[in-house]
Amino acid sequence: MDILRFITAGSVDDGKSTLIGRLLYDTKSILADQLEAVEKASKTRGDGEIDLALLTDGLRSEREQGITIDVAYKYFQTPNRKFISIDAPGHIQYTRNMVTGASNADLAIILIDARQGVVEQTRRHSLIASMLGIPHIVVAVNKMDLVGYSEDTFLQIAQEYQKLADKLAIKDLKIIPVSALAGDNIVDKSEAMPWYTGETMLHFLENVDVQHDLNLNDARFSVQYVIRPQTEELHDYRGYAGRVQSGVFRKGDTITVFPSEQTSKIAKIEVYGQEAEEVSAPQSATILLETDVDISRGDLISGTGNSPVLSQDVEATICWMDDRKELKVGNKYTLQHGTTRVRCSVKGIEYRVDISNYDQLEDIESLKLNDVAKIVLRTAKPIAYDAYQTNRANGAAILIDETSNVTVGACMVEA
Amino acid sequence: MSNIQSLSSEAQRQDYLDQLESEAIYIMREVAGQFERPALLFSGGKDSITLVRLAQKAFAPGRIPFPLVHIDTGHNFPEATQYRDWMANEVGAKLIVRQVEDTIKAKGLKEPTGKNASRNWLQTFTLLDTIEEFEFDACIGGARRDEEKARAKERIFSFRDEFGQWDPKRQRPELWNLFNGKISKGENVRCFPISNWTELDVWAYIEREKIPLPSIYFSHQREMILRDGNLLANADFIYKDDSDVIVTKTVRFRTVGDMTCTAAVESEASTIEQVVAEIKATRISERGETRIDDQQTEAAMEDRKKGGYF
Repeated sequence: MDILRFITAGSVDDGKSTLIGRLLYDTKSILADQLEAVEKASKTRGDGEIDLALLTDGLRSEREQGITIDVAYKYFQTPNRKFISIDAPGHIQYTRNMVTGASNADLAIILIDARQGVVEQTRRHSLIASMLGIPHIVVAVNKMDLVGYSEDTFLQIAQEYQKLADKLAIKDLKIIPVSALAGDNIVDKSEAMPWYTGETMLHFLENVDVQHDLNLNDARFSVQYVIRPQTEELHDYRGYAGRVQSGVFRKGDTITVFPSEQTSKIAKIEVYGQEAEEVSAPQSATILLETDVDISRGDLISGTGNSPVLSQDVEATICWMDDRKELKVGNKYTLQHGTTRVRCSVKGIEYRVDISNYDQLEDIESLKLNDVAKIVLRTAKPIAYDAYQTNRANGAAILIDETSNVTVGACMVEA
Repeated sequence: MSNIQSLSSEAQRQDYLDQLESEAIYIMREVAGQFERPALLFSGGKDSITLVRLAQKAFAPGRIPFPLVHIDTGHNFPEATQYRDWMANEVGAKLIVRQVEDTIKAKGLKEPTGKNASRNWLQTFTLLDTIEEFEFDACIGGARRDEEKARAKERIFSFRDEFGQWDPKRQRPELWNLFNGKISKGENVRCFPISNWTELDVWAYIEREKIPLPSIYFSHQREMILRDGNLLANADFIYKDDSDVIVTKTVRFRTVGDMTCTAAVESEASTIEQVVAEIKATRISERGETRIDDQQTEAAMEDRKKGGYF
């Protein structure tokens, strides 16, 4: 059994909460008292129907407004897999929340209302999913019951979506006709749509291969902490604790430390005190080297495969997340990449992307909340990075405001 | 090339518990790496016991580089307190205990009295005082997102202002595994390494790792107060009236909180395997079954957290 993290994109009107509710309900992941609490709350609100959105809307303000504001996590499992469902709001003013949710997802479910087809929101959600490098996209063409379970309608929407997907270079795409409300093709195969011979939603979620999504070629390890017990028997012990971000490390491998570019060999690998021959992403481990090298938190150990880019110039796609201050050319921030933090300044904004129609707008002076743009940064010291689209772990970075300490930008680096 | 690929995929076919463990250890190390004075909040309950095991693994063969802190309400199960002392000694960690009783006296706080009176809320004062006393900049806690709906929205690194308050509307975006623990003096961060674990994951991990637990998690005979359908352990400090019935029952506890607000379940499960089997079969959630303080309002936890609770 392994773990699949997926994000559901769509608005309440598309039946997103109903879909998650259906998955939770049909996999028996809602417990009796939780269902009772939702029933009770639905009744006080007086709309009669059980509102499954109340299962995910956790904050008082969300329940009052009847919308999802923040990212919520739900957990369920089948005998094959543990699922972490990431529920993010769909409206344009919450783009940053969707970006946040998408950053950790292996898969995105994009909901389309069968009566509406591909709309602006579909394009926006698909762009975010592809920009964040989510390897698998499932398009749920929902409310098929309301279009008479029409195969023609489905095929038309599927064709239209395929055109959109071609523009975005989506790696793995699956389109499924469903009715979340009636339960068609969610857990059980729909009897109303015999023309659809593909997989159900749950079957796809249970079987999609996420093991091969990890970059296993380029070995990268960010040092988080140096373990030095300094006891009598472990007097000379110096272990570099961290997590394999990508690739594989083996005992005896020649490694290079960045940014210093010193080289050494792996003397020993330990996984929580136990010796191991090799470790691969995304395992946490401790690496011991043959020679004395000056390494501290923030350094990157690079092994076999391509070398990372070592540079002070960074080009990145950014989603701006601050609702109080705008990003402007010349502004300075703290860039956090891996376990390193470095000051940086914004050298330029190349263009802003209209996320609804993918147009690139030039001559942009500043970025506002939820804007997506291509920017150029200059860091105070060189950092060792990879392109986000081939290495999510070592191509991701955040910008931190130096006065408020708040996370204000999500960066996907290009190399 | 193809040889490397096949070896790699063999090597990284990790079980879900390995994945959760690896993530939690990554978070532990981020806390140790980003903060000057972290602490691990330890209650003697299964979630914080799991945290201690994870911390041991994260820094092996070194010692856990932060103290264990227990906010003692004076209403804890004696079995849990004994276990706490044993565990701290066993792992060689420093144990700091601060008493809610002392805060009540020092601050002249009014203690809730009468039926269902609990010191649960008062713990917040002692916790905030303890954070100030030791200048802790990070507190590691065992909260899980599946526990409760306000917790489902909380970040893994959850920022608290100088008053210890959580503001759910102004949480920092938390992207990838890049945790932002930057703070100013006086502020602190609550860190939750097992955010993505469910109750069952914790039990499965305890079973796999063969972690010893306090005896109250297993079936035993105990004198209980039967109140509004809940079974509470009897103790002198619990207020009782005529409607309360004292009974002897065979029970186990699914969570370990204060004796005043933690309900038991009737059970014959005396081994970890039997407990796991019962929890798999249950149709009631952990908090719904055992935490009387959360049954009161829809936003009970959200309100407590805004005030600085764990």
